[in-house]
Amino acid sequence: MNLHLECLTALTPEIIVVGTALLVLLADLAVAREKPLAQRIKLTGVLSCLGCFLAMAWLALAPCSAHAAMLAVSPVTQWLKEWLLLLTVFAAVLSWNARFTRHAGEYFALLLLAAAGLMLLVSSDNLLLIFLALELLSISLYALAAFDKSSLASSEAALKYLLFGGVSAAFTLFGISLLYGMAGDLQLGVIAARLRAQAVEPMFYAALVMTLVGFAFKLAAAPFHLWAPDVYEGAPTPVASLIASGSKVASFFVLARILLTAFPGARGMVSLGDYLPGWAPVVAVLAAVSMVVGNVAAIVQTNVKRLLAYSAIAHAGYALLALLADRRHALSALLFYTITYAVTVLGAFAVVGVVEAGGRRASLADFSGLSRRAPVLSFCMLVFMLSLAGIPPLAGFFGKFYIFTAVMETAPKLSLLWLVILAVAASAVSLYYYLQVLKQIYAGQPAPSPAWTRPDVSAQVVIVLLAMMVIVLGCAPDLLLGKITELLKSHPF
Amino acid sequence: MLAWTIYISFLGAAVLMLLPAGHPRPARWTALLAALAGLACAAAGVADCRHHAGFGAFTDAVNAPWIAELGIRFHLAADGISLVLVLLTGLAAVAGVLFSWNVENRTREFFAFYLALIGGVYGVFLSVDLFLLFVFYEMAIIPKYFLIAVWGSTRREYGAMKLAIYSFVGSAMVLVGLMAAYVMAGGRTFDLVELARHANSFPPAFQNWAFIVVFVGFAILAGLWPFHTWAPTGHVAAPTAASMLLAGVVMKLGAYGALRVAMTLFPVGLHTWQNTIAVLAVVGIVYGALVALVQQDFKYVIGYSSVSHMGFVLLGLMTLTQIGLSGAVLQMFSHGIIAGLLFAVVGRMVYDRTHTRDLGKLQAMNLSQVLPFAAMTFVVGGAASMGLPGFSGFIAELQVLVGAWQSFPALAILAAVGILAGIAYTLRAMVKAFYAEGAVEARDLPRLQPITVPERAGALLLLGATLLVGLWPQLLLGMITPALNSPLMQPLWKAGPP
Repeated sequence: MNLHLECLTALTPEIIVVGTALLVLLADLAVAREKPLAQRIKLTGVLSCLGCFLAMAWLALAPCSAHAAMLAVSPVTQWLKEWLLLLTVFAAVLSWNARFTRHAGEYFALLLLAAAGLMLLVSSDNLLLIFLALELLSISLYALAAFDKSSLASSEAALKYLLFGGVSAAFTLFGISLLYGMAGDLQLGVIAARLRAQAVEPMFYAALVMTLVGFAFKLAAAPFHLWAPDVYEGAPTPVASLIASGSKVASFFVLARILLTAFPGARGMVSLGDYLPGWAPVVAVLAAVSMVVGNVAAIVQTNVKRLLAYSAIAHAGYALLALLADRRHALSALLFYTITYAVTVLGAFAVVGVVEAGGRRASLADFSGLSRRAPVLSFCMLVFMLSLAGIPPLAGFFGKFYIFTAVMETAPKLSLLWLVILAVAASAVSLYYYLQVLKQIYAGQPAPSPAWTRPDVSAQVVIVLLAMMVIVLGCAPDLLLGKITELLKSHPF
Repeated sequence: MLAWTIYISFLGAAVLMLLPAGHPRPARWTALLAALAGLACAAAGVADCRHHAGFGAFTDAVNAPWIAELGIRFHLAADGISLVLVLLTGLAAVAGVLFSWNVENRTREFFAFYLALIGGVYGVFLSVDLFLLFVFYEMAIIPKYFLIAVWGSTRREYGAMKLAIYSFVGSAMVLVGLMAAYVMAGGRTFDLVELARHANSFPPAFQNWAFIVVFVGFAILAGLWPFHTWAPTGHVAAPTAASMLLAGVVMKLGAYGALRVAMTLFPVGLHTWQNTIAVLAVVGIVYGALVALVQQDFKYVIGYSSVSHMGFVLLGLMTLTQIGLSGAVLQMFSHGIIAGLLFAVVGRMVYDRTHTRDLGKLQAMNLSQVLPFAAMTFVVGGAASMGLPGFSGFIAELQVLVGAWQSFPALAILAAVGILAGIAYTLRAMVKAFYAEGAVEARDLPRLQPITVPERAGALLLLGATLLVGLWPQLLLGMITPALNSPLMQPLWKAGPP
């Protein structure tokens, strides 16, 4: 009885979000059916945001720490869930003026279910529940990606996402089943203890690689990245922004949790001339390939959304590096990096959305001369692009810097230098394509038609807010980093 | 006081962004005020430092914790060497605004990027925490790109991107070296003085690769041959003020970083690579001068002359003698002023009026009669550039040559040949552009807008500076010498090959 109560308390935020999803469906059905579409979207959108805020308030005011059944709720996960909800709120606000769907209620309900999946994902330390949360998240996102029914690209994106996602889920599940066969349990802590007791079999590595492959799909790490450009380009922009931001943060966190909690002993080694099998070599290869493929492929892109997709692949590579750092820094570097990245990429997508709302597409030429028409928006895009490129004093710079330093410090010192050099070189290449976007915005001539329509206020507020976060977190990384280290000090996970 | 040089520049950029678009006048005055205030703060900072710790040690401007987890501090301080360069930045900034008085296209944004660049440059010269130094170093890249890509001329997008990529690759190399030094020193601090204390415990093998990576990373921006190719294209593509800043202060960022970071942190590596880099520097001196000798584009002449003159800075650094290093630092100041002046004459006074930089076409215009002030400025600036006694360049290059003579006599002779070639290309450009014999009758002279007051003021400011230092070098040497004798620099003189 007590256990159930504890579970319920721990799950309250998720329950609030799911409840809101149902409420949104109901409200759309009962109250808003007869209203014009714009009003329905506003109503359901505002309702969803309120639900998210309620859940955030709960998380902030009723901090709880529980290790009940399959849940592992600690201050870190509660805090991370607040961020995930915030990202969802931003994505929802960006949908307030959506014109791609008539199904307002269903759209926001799915968005909230995806948020619930995100939250569940970070609060579980049981492989089965992790898998279920991952599926809840993925299935909501598949449906959301297909939401622009008038667009062929959207359907194609969703189908591609579904097929790739399905295969990756199969990999993950297979890996989990092998692990279960060896350890006889699905709880991460128990698996770690059992594996420590017995000799490592080859089967273990097969299981490890399978699980990693599944996650690599989810994170769009090369060579499992092929879905990303099409989905980013085809899916409705707010959905793409959530796929690029919230989904990344949660997946990285849970991957770190699995690797660092369940397999701390099977880390392996990848320094030059010194090799031990384990997950570190796999992660290192994934990271290296992602950084190279993402950055090189991004150079030739002419569509900004595809460019962001390839840059996302590269950034997945940088973030994977964090997993290789010593335990002291790995998680804080990863969290700082993924959160600031999520904020930045969400902002970049929001700007793309505003340009699209003006009747344009998202090709580079459509951004030409934007600075003359929308100076504030252009400045925000400047901030986002430069942060992604890793130019100080923006958040993206410190994120990268912290990861690189942490990886260099990994014992024995400088053993992973080759990987850092590769990452820094890849990052130097990346400036080229980010500058291409900015060149269009600042140096290009504005195209005469179609006439520039003023972006709606809500989107502008979100963009300015996100840009300010990127600047502030870049100038004062301690605001975020201090919080992360403080949380991690008391509760490792 | 010194920290305000940075704050005022960024504040000025922010204010400019908030001004209404389409009104150039307030934007110009805001920029001029910010630049003047920066110069005033720099001068006040010099007085302040003289009064307090002297020029031999770092005088703190700000020292506050910044990122506690990694031991990074917001630490701004200055010694004699940085003060010289801060003064140079202040002078170049004011002159650059004066020579951009005629920018009509998107004036507000132009000066906003301009001041952001200046702020970054001040920041590099004043940072003692190397993370902070790196932050400012990278912050300077982006405004440069936009200044050239938006307001530039010949092949501006190519020149801008080339410069940005070269700078970014250079800073990536610096970053790797800095992080490695941080990790090797125990991962607790980025403070230059603290890290330099660890320099002895860095293993030689590590120092050998770290030194060359960091040094070349910085020296790319200083125009080290064969990584100099961004410089001529960048200078030519840039608008006047941007080429003045590029040659005047941005190239000094590279040289300063090479001295402050690479040479100070990795003295053993320095001794390993000393001869190689000295050879490259001399190649740069001679090569830059010879290429300048055959250019048809007036601006390319000055662009390649910058590569040549920066070669003296790098050669001076590699002599590892007191006199050579002091010459190198003085040359940074001197070349910053003179190159700024020459670019102003070419870009603003001549090109903005005649719309050509082709020496053949200029030859037909008899500019010495049409624009006597421009001709006079170029003659004096050219004399300074050639290293005539009485100008700052003379003392600087003489010191470098004396230092080089002590360390590598053969190279010193080659460098002296470079000076001769320098005299040749300066005279050639001067004659072709201004004093071509009687090509045009007096009545056929082109009608050009007369030289304006801001231009005169800017030219006099820079001429005054180079003359003042030339006649009274002790003014700057009094700041440089104590800084070279400071404990921070001791490993440079001592560490020989193991």
